Amino acid sequence: MLKTTLTAILAATCLMAIPASAQDYKLGELAIVNPHVRATPPKAPVSAGYMTIQNTGSKPDRLTGGSAMFAGKVEIHEMKIDGDVMKMRRISDGLEIPAGGEVALKPGGYHMMFMKLNAQLKAGEKRKATLQFEKAGTIDIEFNVEELKPGSKMKHDSMDQSKAMDHSKTVDHSMNGSSN
Amino acid sequence: MSTARTIRTVSWAALAALLLIVAGVLGYQHLFSGTQRSLMANTQMGAPFKLIDHTGQPITERALAGKPAAVFFGFTHCPEVCPTTLLELSGWLNEIGDEGNNINAFFFSVDPVRDTPEIMRSYIENFSTRITGVTGDPAEVARLAKAWFVYFKKAPLDDGGYTMDHTASIFLVDGQGHFKGTIAYGENSDTAVAKLRRLAKSTNQ
Repeated sequence: MLKTTLTAILAATCLMAIPASAQDYKLGELAIVNPHVRATPPKAPVSAGYMTIQNTGSKPDRLTGGSAMFAGKVEIHEMKIDGDVMKMRRISDGLEIPAGGEVALKPGGYHMMFMKLNAQLKAGEKRKATLQFEKAGTIDIEFNVEELKPGSKMKHDSMDQSKAMDHSKTVDHSMNGSSN
Repeated sequence: MSTARTIRTVSWAALAALLLIVAGVLGYQHLFSGTQRSLMANTQMGAPFKLIDHTGQPITERALAGKPAAVFFGFTHCPEVCPTTLLELSGWLNEIGDEGNNINAFFFSVDPVRDTPEIMRSYIENFSTRITGVTGDPAEVARLAKAWFVYFKKAPLDDGGYTMDHTASIFLVDGQGHFKGTIAYGENSDTAVAKLRRLAKSTNQ
């Protein structure tokens, strides 16, 4: 009885954790879950896009890049905190999405790096972008622009949908493995 | 003294000298590696400087004198750490309210070539009116960063552009520039607020 109640609460919590505005996309065996991009100050030159990419197929694929009307250049970058130094590097050969697994692009790890922004990204807006995969091809998606407030790191880390999935298939590529 | 004993003595002396040199080099690297571990309470931070603030006005070390300060080095081509830190610092200062009115907050650019005062202004004013942006001559910025034990390095990107590696912690100093601690990136907000409250009371120590 107690177990059932707890399971129900857990399930409900997981459901609530999915933002109402989250938009998921399908491209063949790939699913792109909750793409969102950080709101920026006026004239800010860059922003970071985040999402979870799931691969239900039996072959790995690679996220190789993308494009967006609002950015002059789009790359895949990895950020890490090394000691107390922030380092960021381009993932030039693409980000592998393992067969039957998923990769989270999230604060403290991988992100779509939107550079040469030609407009401010304001919270509440939606921005179109195209993702490019090695095998699955391209897909047009919309990023929700979000003010990533203090504490939102927690939200995206501990409550994202990946936790509701089979952990054995979850691949966390982030180098520091910490909660930021 | 026999020849053998002389050789032995000289050998030991050479070994001791070598160990001292190694220890010295390691100690120097440790001290200047920019990690907070190398900093001790009351270490004198900063140095005199002549730079430009985000309103385009000249700014010197006098802006830090007499009041405790929270100091962060970053850049505007920074997708995560800098906007998050400025947003959090702004939130913490709001939370402390009047109690923290005496704390000055500074955002020094480690990328002064791209971070013009105009860009710094629109960037910073988006987060807070409490934070002063500082940019200016690259050599002066580099010298100042060293005096704050801050590491930064240009990391080229394939397209000819670049990003910056940099120390991601906020440094806390009292009104005399004495090191009082750091707030690490991603640090728990309650801890950060407690540190700022303590810092606000550190004046005239």
